[in-house]
Amino acid sequence: MVWGVVGVLALAALWELYKLVGPADGWLVGAQEGVTGSGIRLLPRTSDQAMPHTWDMVARVIEPVTRAQGALPLGVVVLLAALTSLGVAALGWLVGVVVGFALALLMLGFRIAERAVLPFVILSQTVPLIALAPLIRNWGSRLEFGAFSWESWMSVVIIASYLAFFPVAVGALRGLQSPDAAHLDLMRSYAAGWWTTLFRLRLPASVPFLIPALRLAAANAVVGTVVAEISVGFTGGIGRLILETAVAASSDPAKPWAPILGAVLLGLVAAGFVALLAAFLSPFRRQETVA
Amino acid sequence: MSSPTPSMPAPEPTPAAESTSVATAATATAGTATATADATEAVVARGVERVFAGAKGAEVTALTGIELAVHDGEFVSLIGPSGCGKSTLLRLIADLDEPTAGEIRVFGKTAKQARIDQSYGIAFQQAGLLPWRSVAANIELPLQLHGADAATRRSRVAELLELVGLADFAKHYPDQLSGGMQQRVAIARSLAEQPRLLLMDEPFGALDEMTRERMQTELLRIRAETGAAVVFVTHSIPEAVYLSDRVVVMSPRPGRITDEIDVRLGDAADRGEDLREDAAFFAGVTAVREALHGPETAPAAGAARGVDVR
Repeated sequence: MVWGVVGVLALAALWELYKLVGPADGWLVGAQEGVTGSGIRLLPRTSDQAMPHTWDMVARVIEPVTRAQGALPLGVVVLLAALTSLGVAALGWLVGVVVGFALALLMLGFRIAERAVLPFVILSQTVPLIALAPLIRNWGSRLEFGAFSWESWMSVVIIASYLAFFPVAVGALRGLQSPDAAHLDLMRSYAAGWWTTLFRLRLPASVPFLIPALRLAAANAVVGTVVAEISVGFTGGIGRLILETAVAASSDPAKPWAPILGAVLLGLVAAGFVALLAAFLSPFRRQETVA
Repeated sequence: MSSPTPSMPAPEPTPAAESTSVATAATATAGTATATADATEAVVARGVERVFAGAKGAEVTALTGIELAVHDGEFVSLIGPSGCGKSTLLRLIADLDEPTAGEIRVFGKTAKQARIDQSYGIAFQQAGLLPWRSVAANIELPLQLHGADAATRRSRVAELLELVGLADFAKHYPDQLSGGMQQRVAIARSLAEQPRLLLMDEPFGALDEMTRERMQTELLRIRAETGAAVVFVTHSIPEAVYLSDRVVVMSPRPGRITDEIDVRLGDAADRGEDLREDAAFFAGVTAVREALHGPETAPAAGAARGVDVR
């Protein structure tokens, strides 16, 4: 915790140090006179426009989001958006974990399923997320029965879960297959069936593999949510806010940094939640010493 | 300690059983076992063969023509060099694997039925404890799986912890125990359901020599208290001689039984550390070594050839 704070401070110090010594207009190699955008920029600009002071960023958080009457402070707006995104990401994570685990169980139970499904699970992650978003939105909008109608946040949940399920499916499968032959022989000698072996042996043994998978899934769900919000056009979340404030960057350079920090905070909360889960499951993470 | 334990079933009433001398005479084995006698025998194997399918259609005969009978309450060791199929035979008895030919009966039942009825307890070279369960929880695992209620489990676990001398370690976890202690827990676990047959696959193979000898004496005491028959796989000659009523010598390629040696060094409860320096013990070691290597190489003593002579 202390070192985390030190790390953040060190990062801020590095930012300010570069801003102090770096050339205001950066460093361009091979730039042609009078041609904008020519040359290769080897060092970024350090102007207040490109790199606002860290204290300006912090100060901006407290100021109202716009000059309109009764506007909330930027920080509050960011927090509210982050909270909305957190809810969507958590739902996406949950769906991803359930689907990933179900796939792992299917692959564990049927050898054939492992051969048939695993390549597609891996292939699924090579489909670019941006390409997927309009498709899911499109399909979703056609779903309508009774009082149910597809909302744009549901598309975001689906896309987040699409990214989250992968590490869970692969990690859980490895974990469920991790008990060594002696343990499986032992369960067989107890005449324990498939489900008993699953609950008494395979599930507890999978925990050390599952925790990193869940952490990865949480990070993926957050990234998926932020990106999907932008490409699906879901308003109210942190992704949308990043896009909106980026537009204001030229007149208000410190403003876009607030939602970016909000997204970082979102990731930290997600990681913290998994760490909490890991603490509860710590008895299952004991490693057996070799006899 | 001097009187025979009442729980010990009477061994076959042959004079050889009473004597402490070593007799290489082939005792009554499966050949004479009839269907009615099967039920009183702990293990009967008849014409057992196990062929593994190798690469490119090649076949590996792990075991062939196995005839073996283990009497109720008897301690039988299977000894032989690596690849002689001794572990495979144990796995067949435990129904962790199935023979390609022949038949195995455990207390008159098929091996599968015996496994389902929990007629045997088993311990492996690796203790195989579940790392997330405490010592007590590990021992009660089989009881829990078979639906024993909490009170029964608790009293039985306390009994077993007492038996293996780990009463103070009930709440410890496997990673906090030494190898020897882990193996004790594994033995306690294998005894949890009071089996009349104990199958052990080199349970002390991974232990250091001092711990190993202490565990052997411990096992003799436990065996005397429970009266269970034991099938014990090992590649240590002194271990086999010290523990066994009968040593079954096996040979590889193909795995088969080549000899059986009676080494009854007295009741299990009477055997102590000083037995290791007894003439009868050395005679037994020599007899087993000769059976393994043939008599001409035996005096050389050091000729190990894949067999642990510790």
